[in-house]
Amino acid sequence: MANQISIGEPAPGCKKVDPILVANKVTRVFGGLTAVDVEHMEIPRGLITALIGPNGAGKTTMFNLLTGFDKPNTGEWTFDGKNLANVSSYKVARMGMIRTFQLTKALSLLTVIDNMRLGDQKNPGEGFFQAFLRPVWKKHEAKITLKADELLKRFKLDAKREDYAAALSGGQRKLLEMARALMSDPKLVMLDEPMAGVNPALTQSLLEHIKGLKENGTTVLFVEHDMHMVRHISDWVIVMAEGKVVAEGPPADVMKNPAVIDAYLGAHANSDLGDIDINSAAKETN
Amino acid sequence: MDWLNALNLTFGEFIGAYTAAYVLCALGLAVHFGFTGLLNFGQAAFAALGAYGYSIATLSFGWPWYSSVLFGLLCSAAFAVVLGIPTLRLRADYLAIVTIAAAQALKFAVSASIFENVTGGSNGLSQFGDSFYALNPIPKGRYDFGVFALSENELFIRIVAWSLIILIAVFLFFLTRSPWGRVLKGIREDEDAVRSLGKNVFSYKLQSMIVGGSIASLGGMVFVMSSQTNQPSNWGTNFTFMLWTILLLGGAATILGPIVGGMVFFGLLMFLQSVMEGLVNMGWLPFLDIAQVGQIRFLLVGVALMLLVIFRPQGIFGNKKELQFNG
Repeated sequence: MANQISIGEPAPGCKKVDPILVANKVTRVFGGLTAVDVEHMEIPRGLITALIGPNGAGKTTMFNLLTGFDKPNTGEWTFDGKNLANVSSYKVARMGMIRTFQLTKALSLLTVIDNMRLGDQKNPGEGFFQAFLRPVWKKHEAKITLKADELLKRFKLDAKREDYAAALSGGQRKLLEMARALMSDPKLVMLDEPMAGVNPALTQSLLEHIKGLKENGTTVLFVEHDMHMVRHISDWVIVMAEGKVVAEGPPADVMKNPAVIDAYLGAHANSDLGDIDINSAAKETN
Repeated sequence: MDWLNALNLTFGEFIGAYTAAYVLCALGLAVHFGFTGLLNFGQAAFAALGAYGYSIATLSFGWPWYSSVLFGLLCSAAFAVVLGIPTLRLRADYLAIVTIAAAQALKFAVSASIFENVTGGSNGLSQFGDSFYALNPIPKGRYDFGVFALSENELFIRIVAWSLIILIAVFLFFLTRSPWGRVLKGIREDEDAVRSLGKNVFSYKLQSMIVGGSIASLGGMVFVMSSQTNQPSNWGTNFTFMLWTILLLGGAATILGPIVGGMVFFGLLMFLQSVMEGLVNMGWLPFLDIAQVGQIRFLLVGVALMLLVIFRPQGIFGNKKELQFNG
């Protein structure tokens, strides 16, 4: 499997057969702390890639940099062959790279269906002057509403259609955020800890949805703490620690990699990876 | 005591030209704060720019009323852009500080003596309404409405002002229910989320500033047109805070809210004043004299507003359901 994804043996920063996102020499310094120092990173197209690492490894910072929500000190990256460094976040989204947030950002005082409609990027009615000309956007609005309803059904939120997003539970908000991201048919979906704070039953359905994305041809990159989850759904795992990529490869191989065990798992290497408390493991490695 | 007189005066305030001016400015503020979440504490500046733009265009350039209106609108739109470009990237509370400072700076600038031959300095400008009142089709005379009678010009400005309010309300009704309005509401809730969905948040905020500012500048024009005097002291921070009171009284994210809020606010002020004056004349309030009533009524309105914010925080027309999640 490794041979189909990477060129040559999997190693930190290895080249991929068909990368969708290529980052080079990306660094981000906060005061004296180098949060991100990635020499080279490639994300394979059409697959599910997990970005894992202990707390403070720089995963979310890397996400923010890649999506234009933060500016790097050095570095550049391309998405689908287009240079993305110093491109503002909304333009990144318009290119087909949509992210979600670790702390869910449902638009609380908008209804669920309005949240979904906002995910569309081609609505002519969002222009100021067209806004008055209902005939201009009526048809498009009906089309995206239909699409939104289909997505809501898929994510089992159709019963909540007319509710304010604030009335949803934490897990449902995660689902809504993911469904909203799909409204624009993105090429790459970046999920920042999609499973954090979600109960086990809902986690299962979230995992199914992530797999469903891949089946529809969407590339997925997600950040996760929990190695157990990662093992089940990802095709490729990139491990970060202290801002650097320390290992990557297919999930089964990465778990055996001594660098990962060192940086991430410490003394608990032999226990079930899903059960250990990662925070305490990370402390012990420090 | 003359209850009929008190009610008549109150009704006079409901449809007053000043009330209409405040309502227009509050509608602009509803666009900024209610729909986009922009904490604009400098709404007085937009109104002042409308007022000064109009009066300067008429007096200094000798322009007819329609060009003067356009010039006033352009001035406030330009101010929105100049103010917006550096500040709309800031967090909401910084915007509040910058707008309040910019409004004060503008007020001092127009009252500065170096611009005296254009702005009239601290005396302001007057008698710039002739080309507007020349449009008045109402025959000369007094028009009686119960205890208060209006001249043809007073009647005319009220008709124009309230028609303008209806027009703006319809305009905002369609705007806020369009996909454009939906993006604004999204920004109010969480601008990063909207950004992550591919919307140019900065551009939308700027558009919101311009739309709300232009509406406020129309309010400023109505304000100075009714008395044909425009003084810098009109445009202090208390003007802005009255607008906020009206907005919160009526309901921030509504269109009917600022309209009814403004009418209730000024109606209540007048009602309290005439009732208290009546009581003082009857000797029921021996600790007050007539001159103090004007101050006391603000105090009472303040108490009423505090009660309102505590017991009905969403305002008269706000949606309780929308607000309860914030708690």
